[in-house]
Amino acid sequence: MEIMPYIVEERKDTGLFNAKLGIWLFLSSEVMLFGALFSAYVLLRTGAAHWPHGSSILNVPIGAFNTVVLIASSVSMVFAWAALKENKFGKFKLNLGITILLALTFLVVKSFEYGTKFEHHMYPRTSTFLAIYFTLTALHALHVIGGIIVNSYFWGPGAKMWQADPARFTNRIEIAGIYWHFVDLVWIFLFPVLYLL
Amino acid sequence: MVKQKKLVLLFQNRHQGNSYMPHSREDPHQPGFWRKYIFATDHKIIGLQYGITGFFFLLFGFCLMLLMRWQLAYPGEPIPWIGKFLGESRAPGGIMLPEFYNELGAMHGTIMVFLGVVPLVFGAFGNYFVPLQIGAPDMAFPKLNMTSYWLLFTGGLIMLASFFLPGGAASSGWTAYSPLADIAPVGQTFWLIGMVFLVNSSLLGAINFIATVIQLRAPGMTFMRLPFFVWAQLVTAFLLLLAFPPLEAAGVMQLLDRVAHTSFFLPSGLVVSGEPLNVSGGGSVLLWQHLFWFLGHPEVYVLILPAMGIVTEIIANNIRKPIWGYKSMVYSVVFVGFMSFIVWAHHMYLTGMGTAINAFFQTTTMIISIPSVIILTCLFLSLWGGSIRFNIPMLFALSFLPMFGIGGLTGLPLGLSAPDIHLHDTYYVIAHFHYVVAPGTIFAIFAGIYYWFPKVTGRKMNEILGHIHFWPSLVLMNCIFMPMFVQGLAGVSRRLYDGGQQYAHAQAVLPLNEMSSICVWLLGLFQLPFIFNLIWSLFKGKKVTSDNPWEATTLEWATPTPPGHGNFIKVPTVYRGPYEYSVPGAAKDFTPQNQERI
Repeated sequence: MEIMPYIVEERKDTGLFNAKLGIWLFLSSEVMLFGALFSAYVLLRTGAAHWPHGSSILNVPIGAFNTVVLIASSVSMVFAWAALKENKFGKFKLNLGITILLALTFLVVKSFEYGTKFEHHMYPRTSTFLAIYFTLTALHALHVIGGIIVNSYFWGPGAKMWQADPARFTNRIEIAGIYWHFVDLVWIFLFPVLYLL
Repeated sequence: MVKQKKLVLLFQNRHQGNSYMPHSREDPHQPGFWRKYIFATDHKIIGLQYGITGFFFLLFGFCLMLLMRWQLAYPGEPIPWIGKFLGESRAPGGIMLPEFYNELGAMHGTIMVFLGVVPLVFGAFGNYFVPLQIGAPDMAFPKLNMTSYWLLFTGGLIMLASFFLPGGAASSGWTAYSPLADIAPVGQTFWLIGMVFLVNSSLLGAINFIATVIQLRAPGMTFMRLPFFVWAQLVTAFLLLLAFPPLEAAGVMQLLDRVAHTSFFLPSGLVVSGEPLNVSGGGSVLLWQHLFWFLGHPEVYVLILPAMGIVTEIIANNIRKPIWGYKSMVYSVVFVGFMSFIVWAHHMYLTGMGTAINAFFQTTTMIISIPSVIILTCLFLSLWGGSIRFNIPMLFALSFLPMFGIGGLTGLPLGLSAPDIHLHDTYYVIAHFHYVVAPGTIFAIFAGIYYWFPKVTGRKMNEILGHIHFWPSLVLMNCIFMPMFVQGLAGVSRRLYDGGQQYAHAQAVLPLNEMSSICVWLLGLFQLPFIFNLIWSLFKGKKVTSDNPWEATTLEWATPTPPGHGNFIKVPTVYRGPYEYSVPGAAKDFTPQNQERI
C-alpha cells in the first residue's frame, strides 16, 4: 500500500482527488486523438473530387438506434454512481449491469453493420470515405470494449472494494462514468458526421 | 480498512507538519527484488530505469551515426573493422548500401529523439526529481508510472528488432513522410507499431506528471515557489499530452494504408516504379505532414524545455544569487508551450500551402522565439555579479547557453519562408537542430548527471575526469556542427548517401565532411572518460558528508541520501521561493525552501 495523499479525499486548493484530475487529463488527450481523425476527415473530404452522402452508404436507422442505446447506457451509468452515493449496492449492481448490457448491444449491432458492409464488398480499401468510417468507428468500438472491461471488473471482482473502502469505490465508479460519458459523446459526434452529412 | 483509515489520518497529520512518513528506509515490509527493481513503482527506481534505458539508446543512436559519418567522409570505401559484420544485405564487402544508409538515418533520428533524449530528460530526470522538488512522497499514480516505463521498453525492443527484418528497419526518415513510407518495406510497419507504444508511454507519463505537480505539492509549495525545473517539466508534460495523440492517429492511418491498403495518404494516380499503384486513391500527402508536425514541433520543445530546467537549477546553485527574472522565465515557458502548438507548418513552407498560410506560420514562429530569448537572457543576466563556482555541472550548464543560443538564432532564417526556400532540407537544418539538442540538450543531461549524482548515490563524480570529458566535447561539438552551416548555406542537401559528391555546387565544401566525421569519432572517444567516471564513482567516488553537498535551496536536497521509499523523513513545509541565495542578513549564503521564516 502506497502512502498516497488525495486518493479518496479532495485536495482543498484544487478541489480534486488525484484520479479525477487524471481522467480529465486522459480525456483531453483523447479529444486530441479523435480531433486529429476528425480533422483528417475534413481535409480528405474537402480535397476529394467526389464524396458520398453518408446516408447513401450507411444505414441511418441502425445508427440512430445505436445512438439511443449509448445515451441510455450513459444514463444508467449515472444511476449506478448515484446508487452508491445513496448507499444502495443492489441498485448499483442493477444499473451497472444494464450499462454493460447496453454497451454489448451496441457492439453486436455494430458488428452486424460491419458484416453487411463486408458482404457488399465494402472494405476500408474501397474508398477514402469507407476508410475513415471504419477507422473512426473501430477506434470508437475499441473504446467501448475498454469501457466494458472496466465496468465488468467493477461489477464483478472489483466490487469487493465496496466492503473495504466504500468512498474509494464510489470514486472509481465516478471515474469510470466520466470515461463512459466521453465514449458516448464521441459517438454523438460520429453519428451525424458519418451518417447524416 | 483500519489500516487505510490510519494512513488517511497519518496523511492528514502531514499537513500540520508534525508527523513522520511511515515508510522510511527501515521499513521491514520491503518489497522483493522483482517488485523493487524490475516492476518497481517507486518513482526513483523508475527514473533510474528510464535513465539506463535512455542512455543505452543514446549510445546506440550515436553508434548508428558513427557509421553514417564513415560513408559521408569516405563514400564507397569499405568500413574498417566492423564493415564485415554488417552482413551482405547491408554492406556487401563492407561497403554500405544506400538502403542501409537510409535505415541508419531514419533510425538515428527516431531513436535519439523518442528513445534517447525524451526518456532521459523527461522520464529519468523528471521522474526522479519532480516529486522530490515539490515535496511529494511519489508520483500520483505509481502503477501507471511503471506501465509507462514498460511501454517504452517494449517500443524500444520493437524498434531494435526491426533491424533484423527482411528489408531492414524503417528507412523513410524519422519524419516517415508518405507516400514513401506507405510503400516502404516491412520495417516501417514495425516503426509504426513501436511508435504507438512510445506514444502511449509518453501519454501515461504526461498525465502522471501533471497530476503529481498539481496535486502533490507539499504544504506551502505554491506555483510561484516551484523550481523552474518543475515548471519546465509541467509544460513539457502538457505538450506530450496534447501533441502526441495526433501522431498516434496519423500512425494508425499510415499503418492501415500499409496493412489494410487504405488510401489516407495515397493520392489518386500514383505511379511507383513505372506501375500505377493499385489503390483507391483520393488520399492527401499533406495530411501526414500536418499531423506529423503537429506533434513534431511541440516535440522539439519537449527536448529543450526540461534541459532549460536542468540548466537553470545548476546555474542558480553555482552563481550563489537568485535567478534574475524567475517570474518572466515562468511566464515565458508557459507561453512557449501555448505557442508551440501553432507553429508546426513552418516545416512545410515548400509544400505549396500558399503564401497566406506561410505568412501566418512565419509570424507565429517569430513570436515564439521571443520567450525563448527571454529565458536565455534571464540566465545570462543571472551570471552578472555572481561569485560563480566553476564545477563540472556548471561548466556544462554554462556552455549550454551559447550553444543553445547558436542553435536557436540560426533557426530564425528557417522560420522565415523566403530564406527557407534556399535552406530547406540542407545541412543547415541539421546544424541548427543539432546545436539545439546535442551541445544543448545533451550537455544539459551531462550537467544534470554530474549535479544530481551525489543525491542519487551519495558520492561525487571525479572532477579531473569531468574536465577531460567536458573541454574536448565542447570543442568537438562545434567542429562537427559548425561546418554543416557552411555546407548548408552552399546548398548541400541533407539526405545524400554520398555527402554531395555528385553535385557541382557541393565540391567546394566536400572536404568538411571528413573534418566533421573525424571530430565525431573523437567525440565518441572523449565520452569514454564519462562512462568510466560514471561507473567508477558509483563505487569509488568521494563520499559526500552532507545531504546537501552543493549547498542548494531546493527540496530534493532536504531528503536523506539517497532518498528512501516515501522520500522525506518529515513532510517538508515550504516557506519561500526556490532560489534564495545570498539573502542579506541570513546566516549562510543559501536559505533552503523549507527553512522557516524568523
